[in-house]
Amino acid sequence: MAEVTRTYKVGQHPDLPPPRSEVGVIGWVKYNLLSTPFNVIMTLLALWFLWSIIPPLFEWAVLDSVWTAESRKACWAKMEVPEGAACWAFIKDRIGLYIYGFYPAELRWRVNLSFVLLVLAIVSVLYENMPGRKFGLWYAVAFPFITGWLLVGGLGLTHVETDQFGGIMLTFIIGITGISFSLPIGILLALGRRSTLPVIRILCVLIIEFIRGVPLIALLFIASTMLNYFLPPGTAFDLLLRVLIMVTLFQSAYIAEVIRGGLQGIPNGQYEAADSLGLTYAKSHLLIILPQALKISIPGIVNTFIGLFKDTTLVLIIGMLDPLGVGRASLADAVWAGLAREVYIFVAIFFFICCFGMSRYSLWLEKRLSTEN
Amino acid sequence: MNEKSKPESAIQSSKDASKVIIEINGMHKWFGAFHVLKNINLTVNTGERIVICGPSGSGKSTLIRCINRLEEHQEGTIVVDDVELTGDLKNIEIIRSDVGIVFQQFNLFPHLTVLENCSLAPIWVRNMAKGEAEELALKYLERVQIPEQAKKYPGQLSGGQQQRVAIARSLCMNPKIMLFDEPTSALDPEMIKEVLDVMVELAETGMTMLVVTHEMGFATAVADRVIFMDEGEIIEQKPPNEFFHNPEHDRTKLFLSQILAH
Ligand SMILES: Nc1ncnc2c1ncn2[C@@H]1O[C@H](COP(=O)(O)OP(=O)(O)OP(=O)(O)O)[C@@H](O)[C@H]1O
Ligand SMILES: [Mg+2]
Repeated sequence: MAEVTRTYKVGQHPDLPPPRSEVGVIGWVKYNLLSTPFNVIMTLLALWFLWSIIPPLFEWAVLDSVWTAESRKACWAKMEVPEGAACWAFIKDRIGLYIYGFYPAELRWRVNLSFVLLVLAIVSVLYENMPGRKFGLWYAVAFPFITGWLLVGGLGLTHVETDQFGGIMLTFIIGITGISFSLPIGILLALGRRSTLPVIRILCVLIIEFIRGVPLIALLFIASTMLNYFLPPGTAFDLLLRVLIMVTLFQSAYIAEVIRGGLQGIPNGQYEAADSLGLTYAKSHLLIILPQALKISIPGIVNTFIGLFKDTTLVLIIGMLDPLGVGRASLADAVWAGLAREVYIFVAIFFFICCFGMSRYSLWLEKRLSTEN
Repeated sequence: MNEKSKPESAIQSSKDASKVIIEINGMHKWFGAFHVLKNINLTVNTGERIVICGPSGSGKSTLIRCINRLEEHQEGTIVVDDVELTGDLKNIEIIRSDVGIVFQQFNLFPHLTVLENCSLAPIWVRNMAKGEAEELALKYLERVQIPEQAKKYPGQLSGGQQQRVAIARSLCMNPKIMLFDEPTSALDPEMIKEVLDVMVELAETGMTMLVVTHEMGFATAVADRVIFMDEGEIIEQKPPNEFFHNPEHDRTKLFLSQILAH
């Protein structure tokens, strides 16, 4: 290298390309996989591990699997080695239950329509450059109420009891209600906790600390049993609604703490600059403080959402059938019993897809927001 | 008490006849038990340019931050544009919208573009239409000579450019008074001049300005009065020529010898 450098005059040295070993596939492999003897051993071990896991798994789940059969016996009869591959026919047989729970079959179009509306709502919230975004946001605000009416019925639609809700639909109802209501409530709790008014501050601290100090399962039990004691007798208060309230409160407390962390990351100068322009408390928070605090909090917020989404499975303890509950119940069927692996893998894949999607979106959002400045 | 400790050296500005815009009387401030401002008496007339200097920790920032109530004083009175600063939130918001402040650390809003930084307060405090506010913002960005940066985010600008945006942002509120808290001390040397130039030009328009700075060249060229503070007190105030060449108090002399040494 030294000779090359000497051939240029001082002050006129051009930018040279980096040495071959630093770039491209070869450079990457050399640097990341084979840089030290220990690294070489770890790479080989990892390769061996992958080789012994992936091909058999792929055979079990895809190549040898059976997709149509009437029973477990019929399924296994179709395999070279009985029990040697996945019997997805079981899942296919119960797919209606997994998606809709016990929602009446002739009314399932309402659930389907809700899913479509959900996709529209998600798109209008998440994609900022969509045309007509303002309308989209109003739609997203109205969405929970439209869907609530669509799913429960009334006002011209046949009424469906919420104890017939179940499966993926139930997971989405609980997860999305929790996510969309806990964010505003969490923001208010976080701001309240930083308030200069002692009454508000103490109240918010108490709410947050109480809810964070109690396991979600306990809150769900409270929802399913105790809440009725506190209500005037005769008021029937839907169990799902009670669960939704509890889940939202639980989620709000966590979101509040995440956002409080974000608020602490905002330098004092931002508050001072906003104040010095004559902005009121509400305006300076809406325009200056919260946009920045939320941006810092995105990883924590999404992390909390993912946690909540998975925690929705806990409702099976108070007798509601989410996909996991549906799966467990279906295993009791003598015709299919013994296919637990298929059930749990299917449920796991469902949750994984949803949570991975959220995680990717948050990464994309972080990246886009960080290129802003 | 106000009467007896009023510095005798208090001089009347050359603009005697014009209207008093800031009147501070017997003002004290504490941070906890720490007495940071002691018996401040200061009268500023409309259009006056005042430079405040003094050693670090003497209370210069605290004093000018009291004028738009970023800091609260505990004793005495501060009257800005005929409105007394009390706990009344409405008064505070009105005064803040009429008093611009430029900070050492710029404090631009990093999530908004330069144009949005400038048009935000006119839109949300003055209820101006968006288009009108943006026009106004562009006008002031032109005045600080960076209209071409309007679409950028603050993080993409140099320190000097950011500080000029901060000045434009304040000017967009059409303030009656501009406060500057060491506007050039966070800047690299080659950027100090571009900011000072903007401030000199602003002074020429007749803006009332209170500037905390150690840029003595600026003080000589622009100030009507230089105020020297030490340990929370106003020690001496004089027109710049007299202040630099004929300081009265030993502490002023010591301070001047220190800053002129480098
Ligand atoms: N929020 C606060 N709480 C407690 N003490 C403070 C606070 N702000 C400032 N002080 C103290 O008050 C004194 C005056 O501070 P101030 O910032 O007004 O000084 P200054 O003259 O502007 O100094 P510098 O030239 O370093 O900016 C300092 O001793 C400082 O430590
Ligand atoms: Mg200071």
